[in-house]
Amino acid sequence: MAKSHPHPQNSRRNFFVKAGAIAIGAVTMLVPAVSGLLVLLNPLRRKAATTGAVRVASLKALPETGEPRKFPVLATKVDAWTRTPNVPVGAVYLWRISDKEVRAFNVVCPHAGCFVDFQAAKNHYHCPCHDSTFALDGKVLDPKSPSPRALDELTAEIRNGDEIWVNFQNYRAGVKEQVRV
Amino acid sequence: MKAMLDWLDHRTGYKKLLHESLFENVPGGARWRYVWGSTLTFCFAVQVITGLFLWLAYSPSSQTAWESVYFIQHEMWGGWFLRGLHHYTAQAMTVLLVLHLMQVVIDGAYKAPREVNFWFGVVLLLLVLSLSLTGYLLPWDQKGYWATKVATNIAAITPVIGPSLQQIVIGGSDYGHPTLTRFFALHAGVIPGAIIAFIVAHIYLFRRHGLTPKLPKKKPDAAFWPDQVFCDAVACLAVLAAVLFFVVRYHGAELGAPADPSEQFSAARPEWYFLFLFQLLKYFPGGTEIWGAIVLPTLLLLVLAALPVLGKWKLGHRFNVGFLWAMLAGVALLTWLAVNEDRGNPDYLAAVRTAEREAERVVALAQAPTGIPVTGAVTLLRGDPLTQGPKLFARNCASCHRFGGDDALGGQPKDPPSASDLKGFASREWLTGLFDARQVDSPHYFGGSKHKDGKMVKFVKEEVPNFSAADREQLGKAIIALSAEAGLKAQAEFDARDAAIVADGRKQIASDAMNCTTCHQYREANDGGEGPSLTGYGSREWLTSFISNPAHERFYGPRNDRMPAFGAEKQLTEQEIGLIADWLRGDWYEADGKN
Repeated sequence: MAKSHPHPQNSRRNFFVKAGAIAIGAVTMLVPAVSGLLVLLNPLRRKAATTGAVRVASLKALPETGEPRKFPVLATKVDAWTRTPNVPVGAVYLWRISDKEVRAFNVVCPHAGCFVDFQAAKNHYHCPCHDSTFALDGKVLDPKSPSPRALDELTAEIRNGDEIWVNFQNYRAGVKEQVRV
Repeated sequence: MKAMLDWLDHRTGYKKLLHESLFENVPGGARWRYVWGSTLTFCFAVQVITGLFLWLAYSPSSQTAWESVYFIQHEMWGGWFLRGLHHYTAQAMTVLLVLHLMQVVIDGAYKAPREVNFWFGVVLLLLVLSLSLTGYLLPWDQKGYWATKVATNIAAITPVIGPSLQQIVIGGSDYGHPTLTRFFALHAGVIPGAIIAFIVAHIYLFRRHGLTPKLPKKKPDAAFWPDQVFCDAVACLAVLAAVLFFVVRYHGAELGAPADPSEQFSAARPEWYFLFLFQLLKYFPGGTEIWGAIVLPTLLLLVLAALPVLGKWKLGHRFNVGFLWAMLAGVALLTWLAVNEDRGNPDYLAAVRTAEREAERVVALAQAPTGIPVTGAVTLLRGDPLTQGPKLFARNCASCHRFGGDDALGGQPKDPPSASDLKGFASREWLTGLFDARQVDSPHYFGGSKHKDGKMVKFVKEEVPNFSAADREQLGKAIIALSAEAGLKAQAEFDARDAAIVADGRKQIASDAMNCTTCHQYREANDGGEGPSLTGYGSREWLTSFISNPAHERFYGPRNDRMPAFGAEKQLTEQEIGLIADWLRGDWYEADGKN
């Protein structure tokens, strides 16, 4: 293969040609790459999803013994382009304190996002993934539990004497503070 | 740094490779005519990059393909730009393929010993064309759906294997989820993979045989780097600039209304570079299309593949160049004929306008607070009064009625109107015309029907002109009150503003002076019964009941003139009647928040 090397007098011109070729080549490839990266990063725009107060259950459905019971939360689910009204977006444990007061906990374990179970025999919540345990009021029970914080309590109120409304919200798993997602 | 590079070179030998690729000899020095291969490689690289990013957002199924493309186009950061870049670079690639082929043939670069490389080039040409064919379907819009359907139906006429081939390609007997999963796998995996393999082989053979110089050489030989690389880079930049021009000018690639197998699409055309094939098919009468669709293109391809062999003949090269120019001219002529015929075809132009309107409409509906349901965006249009109303009207009502003088789609039915023009039905204006002695027996109202000689026309023609000024004022109030019964969206403001007049007008309708309730039932005044009830006149409930059965005693009873009982006789479903009623009443979703 014949090889040709620049003549010394052409070295300045050669430098510009080389720099030009590299610069132009970089620009042409940057355009598709950057426009693609923008689309890739689009999810960063997503704001924390919030449903507002949702009617979850009636007070009658809660045992008077004070044992928490799990209920699905139905709300409008927005999945990228699809919008579906009245479908489960999560679940809560409702705990009857009195006829006037109910407490609500998001069923998601704050450690890694598994669903916790209420174990009636032991009267506590247990996470089937990494064995975190939580007391009835949501606090971490066993200090060896890997969960960084208590179960996420949600605002619940009783309306019209019997309807339990909950402000449903999910929080980021794995961190000590509550961060809405 | 140098030590690290040496270490790497010792293990990979990259320096030699780099040197070989950069210091390839260019006989006669860098020339602009050698840039086409590089621009094609560049385009392919752009397609791979943009395609991979689009892949991250695309969802191939008949309920999500259009929807995810809509999401890319209208909701994601720079999504329209990315899609546009992919779309127009594909078009640029087709143009560049032709230029590359022309340059190769004219410069004689296909001759021995470069035959195999020429054949690889022909394979690459076909692969790139099949990329655009498969890509056309992926957005799952009306245009892509119907155009691709035609293409696969044509493939099915191939002797022996055709029907099975078609079923394998579309993944069943009709288009659906498997069609998209298959086309997507072909478009994003199989075909690009094959292209990469052939490009590697193509470039390897090109390097093996060296560049075919255009003689006479004007300058001494030079290395590929930097001069030819510079020329190539500038050419790529020019291609990109041309692509960007179209991307920005048309705000990305077009996205039509979602594919609907039940909705005719007369504006279906293939991508512009396939128009010549589309036009060619018009010249082959039924039963002979195999000649135009398969035999002729295959023959032309065989001649193209035979160029290196033909080139050995004394006049071979001239024949080859002539053949290519002739083929190009033929393609250009057919394309021009196709475009020209469409341009002069009012039906096609109307179909394009409808398509554009529906494409715009479905985006407005998708962006409405109710969003896209899981059943897909196609159901948005199916349930939209603004879209379906005119079609249903043209099909079911326009043989007698008109809407603004035509069949609501801009066409004119065979027979002259024989029932009222329903544009603005129950509005103040429409009712004012009804009570005008000059208009009431015109074709716009009762002129074409048997009610022309009825009591209403008689009343308007004989009694209304003799009204005193005070009576006229009362009639005006009665009209406002009657129109308010309809609760039309467009009049909501006026109805609210004129609440006092409406209240007064209601009394007038029920009064003996106006004489309405002699024939019509109205609220408490119950004595009438010959004419249609005026309670809730023009409201959704009134109108859907009327369309369902105009011969009901609440409406015309036995005096009904020819109008079918669309609901009672099951000529239209409840939903269709609702769509017509909503559309006549001007009640549909509007993006500016009026609903």
